[in-house]
This record gives sequence, C-alpha cells and structure tokens, in this order.
Amino acid sequence: MATIKMTVNGRERSGEAEGRTLLVDFLRQELNLTGTHVGCDTSQCGACVVHVNGEAVKACTMFAAEAEGAEVVTVEGMANPDGSLSVIQQAFQDHHGLQCGFCTPGMIMSAAALLKDNPKPTEAEVRHYLEGNICRCTGYHNIVKAIMAASGQDVSAVAAE
Amino acid sequence: MPKDTGIGASTKRREDVRFLTGRGKYTDDIQLTGQAHAAFVRSQVAHGEILSIDTSDAEKMPGVLAIFTGEDFVDVGGNPAGWLINSRDGEPMKEPKRPVLAHGKVRHVGDAYAAVIAETAEQARDAAEAIAADIKELPAVTNMAQALAGAPFVHDEIATNQCFDWGWIEDNRAATDEAIRNAPHVTTLELVNNRLVPNAMEPRASTGDYDPGTGDYTLYTTSQNPHLTRLLISAFVLGIPENKLRVIAPDVGGGFGSKIYHYGEEALVLAAAKKLGRPVRWTATRSESFLTDAHGRDHVTKIELACEKDGTFIAFRTETMANVGAYLSNFSTATPTFLHGTLMAGNYTVPNVYVNVKAVFTNTAPVDAYRGAGRPEATYSIERVIDKAARELGLDPIAIRRKNFVKPDQFPFTSAAGLEYDIGNYDALMDKLEELADFGGFAERRKASEAAGKLRGLGINSYIEACGIAPSNLVGILGSRVGLYDAATVRVNATGNISVMVGAHSHGQGHETAFPQVVGEMLGIDPASVDIVHGDTSKIPFGMGSYGSRSLAVCGSAVVRATEKVIAKAKKIAAHMLEASEADVEFAEGNFTVAGTDKSVSFGEVALKAYIPHNFPLDSVEPGLEETAFYDPANFTYPAGGYACEVEVDPETGKVTVERFTACDDFGNVINPMIVSGQVHGGIGQGIGQALLENTVYDENGQLTSASYMDYAMPRADDLPFYTVDHSCVTPCTHNPLGVKGCGEAGAIGSPPAVVNAVIDALQSGGHNVTHIDMPVSPSRVWAAMNNA
Repeated sequence: MATIKMTVNGRERSGEAEGRTLLVDFLRQELNLTGTHVGCDTSQCGACVVHVNGEAVKACTMFAAEAEGAEVVTVEGMANPDGSLSVIQQAFQDHHGLQCGFCTPGMIMSAAALLKDNPKPTEAEVRHYLEGNICRCTGYHNIVKAIMAASGQDVSAVAAE
Repeated sequence: MPKDTGIGASTKRREDVRFLTGRGKYTDDIQLTGQAHAAFVRSQVAHGEILSIDTSDAEKMPGVLAIFTGEDFVDVGGNPAGWLINSRDGEPMKEPKRPVLAHGKVRHVGDAYAAVIAETAEQARDAAEAIAADIKELPAVTNMAQALAGAPFVHDEIATNQCFDWGWIEDNRAATDEAIRNAPHVTTLELVNNRLVPNAMEPRASTGDYDPGTGDYTLYTTSQNPHLTRLLISAFVLGIPENKLRVIAPDVGGGFGSKIYHYGEEALVLAAAKKLGRPVRWTATRSESFLTDAHGRDHVTKIELACEKDGTFIAFRTETMANVGAYLSNFSTATPTFLHGTLMAGNYTVPNVYVNVKAVFTNTAPVDAYRGAGRPEATYSIERVIDKAARELGLDPIAIRRKNFVKPDQFPFTSAAGLEYDIGNYDALMDKLEELADFGGFAERRKASEAAGKLRGLGINSYIEACGIAPSNLVGILGSRVGLYDAATVRVNATGNISVMVGAHSHGQGHETAFPQVVGEMLGIDPASVDIVHGDTSKIPFGMGSYGSRSLAVCGSAVVRATEKVIAKAKKIAAHMLEASEADVEFAEGNFTVAGTDKSVSFGEVALKAYIPHNFPLDSVEPGLEETAFYDPANFTYPAGGYACEVEVDPETGKVTVERFTACDDFGNVINPMIVSGQVHGGIGQGIGQALLENTVYDENGQLTSASYMDYAMPRADDLPFYTVDHSCVTPCTHNPLGVKGCGEAGAIGSPPAVVNAVIDALQSGGHNVTHIDMPVSPSRVWAAMNNA
C-alpha cells in the first residue's frame, strides 16, 4: 500500500492504493467518487472515462499510482460552479440522451473531450468519436443529438426526440 | 393538445440530474459499514464431475473470512422455474434442481461451485484462485439437435436432454397439417434466431446484510423486480420469512430481462452475511456477466406458410427447438411457449396455426427472456417467411401483408393462435410507414446507391406483441406459478405533496417522471409535487416489477385506481368541509366545488384536513389520505407497428450499413412522447445489433468464445443511423384505464426482420438469388451468400 495524492475536481485528495489498484477503483473506493462506473473488464465500454491532465482517459487503463500528482476531473466535477448542469449535461437532459444512466458519466466526459478538440462536430464525427463508449439503452440517437446540440448546432431537423 | 406537464407532455426527466452529475446510487456504489467481499469460483469446463474441492490453501490467504462450496447448500432449496409447461402428451416438463452453488456436477462454463468471502474484493479474488478443485471433465453438448439425439446428458436424470415437447394449439394440429397438405403454395424457411447476451451496462451486483439483533436480512441487488426476488429467496431457496427479508433494488443500470431473475449470488451473499454477521458484497465482472447472466433467444426454427396463389394465408406451421441452457431460469419455460407460440398468427386473419416447441438442455448458460422475449422470435419467423412467400409468388411485400391484415372492424379478434386482440389498425400503421419511410423515393435512392457501386434494399415488417403481462387468471391456466398484477399506494401527505409507492421498477424507463404526469393530471396538481418510490420491498406495498412492457399498462393502472380511491375519499372530506351532500360535490382541476354554487375547497386544503381532523366526520371517514390498489389486467395489451429498413450492401466486402430506419408504432395513448421515442430508439438499436452484429458462440467443448466486448459485437454509435419514429397511430387499449399498451420491447421485436428483409432485397436487386441469411448478417455471411448464389 502506498499513499497516492492527486487533484480531483479541483481539490487535493489522497488515499491508499496497492500497486495494482486501478485509477477507477481508487476514485470509487478510496475517494468515494462513485459517479465513474465500471462496465467491463477489457477497456471497451467507456463507462469509466475521466479527464487526466486535460485528456480523456479510461480510468480502468491506468494504475492509481500513475495518476500521482495529476489533475483529474470526474463527472462529479462537470456541473457549473453554482451546481447547475453544464451545457453538455443540460443537452443530455433536454434531448433525453440517457436512460438507465450507467454509461452516462463516461458519455459526458467523452463528449466534453470531443467538443474541446472539435467544437462543431458532424454527426459522423460524433459517432466515430463515441466508438469507445457503449450504451445499451438509447440506440445512441439522442446521445448523438445531445452532443451536437451542446455544440450549438440546430438539431431540430433530426427526427423526433 | 397536451398540457405542459400532464398526460401527453414530453416532460424532461427528473431522474436525469442525479445521473448526469454522478450522484446515481447503483448497488456497487452503496458502501455498508464493515462490508466484506465475495468472489466466486466458476467452472472452466462446460460439463464435469466435481471430485473434490481443496480450500485449505485459500483459507490461509490474507483477509479470508469464509469459504462456501455447494456442500453448504445441499439442504436448502433450488431456484425454481416460474412457469410449468406440459408436453403434448400431458407430461409435466423436466425441472432439475438449480442449486445456489453447483454440487456434484458443473454444467456450464461459469457455473459457480465455490465462493470466498474476504476483507477486500482483491483478497477474495486472490483466494478464489487458490481453491484447488479436482473436476473430471465430461463430454459436453451445446448443439440442440445433438442434445436431443442422445448422450451426453446435462442432467443424468433427464436422459433425453428434453425439457418439454409442447404443442400450441394441439387441437389445431391435424387441421393445420391438412391445410398445408392441400394448399396451392407452401413456402418453407429454416432459420436461426441467434443467441444474445443482454449486456445491461451495469453488471449484476448484490450486497447481503444481516442484523443479528433483529434477525432481519437486507439484500441490495440489481433487480427489475425486488418483490419477486424476495418471494423466490423466501419461498423456494433459503426459506427466510418474507417479513424478515428486505430487498432493495436501488438505481439499476439497465436490465432488458437479465435482471428479472433470481441468481445464486444473491442467496450466497445473504447466507454469508448471516454467517459472518457482516455485510457481504459481490459485483460481477463483465466476463462473469457474459458467462452467467441469462442469455436470450437461441431458437432453431422451421416455419411453413401455406397460401393461395393470390397470397391469402391459409396456415402457419412452426417447429422450434429452444435452448434453455443448463438450468431453468425463472421465466425460461414461458418465453419459447406462451410468449412465442401464442403470437404465431401475427397481425393476420390466417385460419390455421400450429406451433411445436421442444425445449432443450445444453451445457450453456441458462437462456431466458430478453427484451421482447418470445415475440421477437415469433415476429422474425412470420415476417421472414411472408417476405419469402411474396417473392416466390411475385407479390408486393406490402400488398401481401395488407391482404391478410386483421381489419379495424374485426376487433375484438380471436387469432388462430388463441389470443383475443382487443383493438388495432394495421393498415393505418402501414399507411403512416409508407409516408414516413418515403417508399416513393426508394427507387431514386437505389439508383444513387447503385451508381456508387452499392446494392440497396428495402425491408418491411409488421409486428404485433402481447404486452402488459398479464391477466393472472389466464397465465394461471397456462402454467404460471405467480400472478401478474401490480400494486400502487398513493400517499397524500398533510401538506399536499404526494408519494406514490409503485411495484414497477424503473431502470431506465423514466417512471419517476412519467407516473407523476398521470397522478398530476388526475388530481389537477403540478406533477413536480408527486414523487415516485420504487425498488424497496419495505416501502412499497407489493409488485411484480418491470418486464414485458408492463409498467404503465399494469402498474400505471394500479396508480390510476389508487388515485381514484384518493379522490373518492377526498370528496367525502370536501363534502363535510363544504357542508354539502357528497353527490353534489364535483372535482376538477384540483378543486372540489358544489354544483351550482361558488363554494370550493382545494385539494391541498382537503389533504390538510385529512391529517388535522378537527371537525371531521369521524363516524363515516377515517383520518389520513392514503390508498392502495392492486390491478390485475383483463387481457394482454397488443401494441403493433410497421417498420421499414433501408440498407446498403457493399458487394466487395459484404458489409451492410443501415441507411434509413423508420418505426411506426401503435402504443395506444402515450403519457410522455419523449420517453416513448427513447424506448423505441433503444429497442431498434438492440434489434439492429441482433440482425447485423451480435452473436453468442459456444464451441463444441462448451467454451463461450464471444465472452467479452473484444469478441461480442455490441452496437456502437457508428454502427447505427438516426431513426424516424412515430406513435401517432393510436387505438387506445380497451381494457385499462389509461388506454395504454406498453412500448419497451417494440423496437427489439420489430427491427430484426425489417433489417434482414432489406438485406435480402438488396442482394436480389443485384441478381443474387439469396433467399435467406441467418443473423447476424455479418459481412462474411453476406459475402459467402452472394458468392454461392
């Protein structure tokens, strides 16, 4: 066991981790940030996407120790400072981009990373970017729509909500 | 027009805020003080005899608290099948015991035979790996035809591997055979309905807790129906009295059927919690989910359609083998029978239907209801063979369907498969489909595809499903061991806001938003002041849970009945407050008024009076304002729809892409159109997944070779298009108070045949005489079919 320190959602945090402890387990179990989810064991589903030093990372692909000293943002840190939903979060609610909510934290974190690099993605670009995020509920229709809407594009022409 | 917040409004979901901000509370998110962790030891062979299990090394490992093996559960009950099916000869089905942990034999890869409890999950897993079991591998069988042909036997006492041989309707058999013998045209199709893994994104998880001071157990678990889980554990498996077992299904990350069932892990964590006096948690890895969640579909079918030369249907005859896996999961015997055979007349006036289903044990994971459950299998068989018949007869695929549709003036209509469809308008759905899918523009789009070197096909489908499961009396006659009503309590608090305790469970369906729309509309109040409570047996009256597109049709009806009782009682209190006769009091838009006067009290004032009963008619009315209703439906509901799919096929690679997808559904009345569309989108995604991508493959030794997201092709965002969905064709259900039918499964039922019909149409347009390709219609299968035909 070693003590690991990192900045999570703007706060200095520390906790105990074995060498083999994954970042996602550290966040969930040591820091009790359970918004980041574990949906698979092969780094395919994307439910655990967080931002590490500004980059979207599947938190099951890093050891906690590798994030020593890093700047980590999880879904719990995505709302506006006043607690209201961010533009992306609000677009997901407005366009019914979530159902069971389990893949949602990863979707939000991936969407934020996409829009940072590509502020006005096409439908095809959104779909391609989400290759590493699996949703079983929505058929992706409203997720793609929500992300395009969050980028400021008019999605009213896309079929019903 | 829909009001802003009531029935018919696309109200934004209130549950979203917690999910979007990472504040959902799923089972694995809940930390109990002193919690220990379980890990299971699972069979790596498909079939084997357990000769010995040596736990001595594991016991010495750090953090290990207890080890269980099958031996510890020989004296408790098994996990039962919920539905008794009799074979054609009247013999009851074969029902082998399904123990908490395997004992004596393991019967599929992943079958758990031991469990370790340790201080941490890592320690539990480490120790599980140190358990040394001597398991003598036995020959395994995964193919149904081979299983029916003889040894090896999954259960030694069932020396046929056959669970049952069921006929529906047996009395129609001779007439159907005769009709087919004499028919001018018979189209035959042999097909496979591919086995699927449900893959809810949240893996199963369970935490057991036991209070030695009171003898009370609590189980937190990923369930679609906590009361059913409690009933199974109490009455069949562990014998814990129901009043000593609380089952909580908190936020649940999708189910699609796989979380209906009770699984052995739930019993294990309860037994371990009792033994240790500490909470014990287990959370599945995705690999465990693949190996042990109940799978779906897995039918091998031969269907024959007999018809006149003009396309008038004379008979459908079906022979199906249905894989039930190594053990009977709770609804596994109902799925291929009463959820499949009874739908084999489709939307059609066909006079003769006969279905034979042989259910087969194999050395594979149990198979049970998965989104649609039996109805996708029925629809796929019917709608594929109709397309093939149309092609053989030179008829238009839409025209042949229209020719045989039950017409609006024929309802209620008793189908040749025995169900009474209460209402529908299949021609209207087809009209709407032709318009929205722009059939008129297809020829142009095909030309454009061909100019780009692609083949383009259009496939359609008409489906009907039986939902709102189900009338208890009817399912009782058909072999169900439970009733299928639901329950709700409407509790009006003193300050006028409302808690509604419902037996339905929301794991993505948006009940927390939609049910208040109903109550708000009925009471003339803001739905924001109505909260839904679900997923906890200690808080809700009772409930059979959510599956079979039943939540709104059955539990929603219970909510309506309970709200009506609240209004009736409130009216008595209002009459007293208004010093009027109850008969003269009217209730509208949240106010009680006396006809012909300006006297009025609001609902909120009546609520307060009910809890502060000064000057109250105590001789005729009790204080308080809370009512419970149990609702048992009179019939199934019958959603129906027309679906159209357009695909492009790349002749160079065989790759199929879905270019357009249109779904027109009749769900009866709709409470929240946004949520309903979302349900259809999700179903279509799963249906296209089944048609093009997903396959569950066991090799001949019983190893699951598609056991991770590296190998099992889950639909991803770039595999799917935007969909056009419509639910404006409404024929309200005739027998429930909301006129609703249910929308959760339609997309998964309606889409696979539309996709495959489109692929065949595309290949035919390119001069390839291909009449069938089994799902998933993968590039290699398409390429092989094109190059062999």
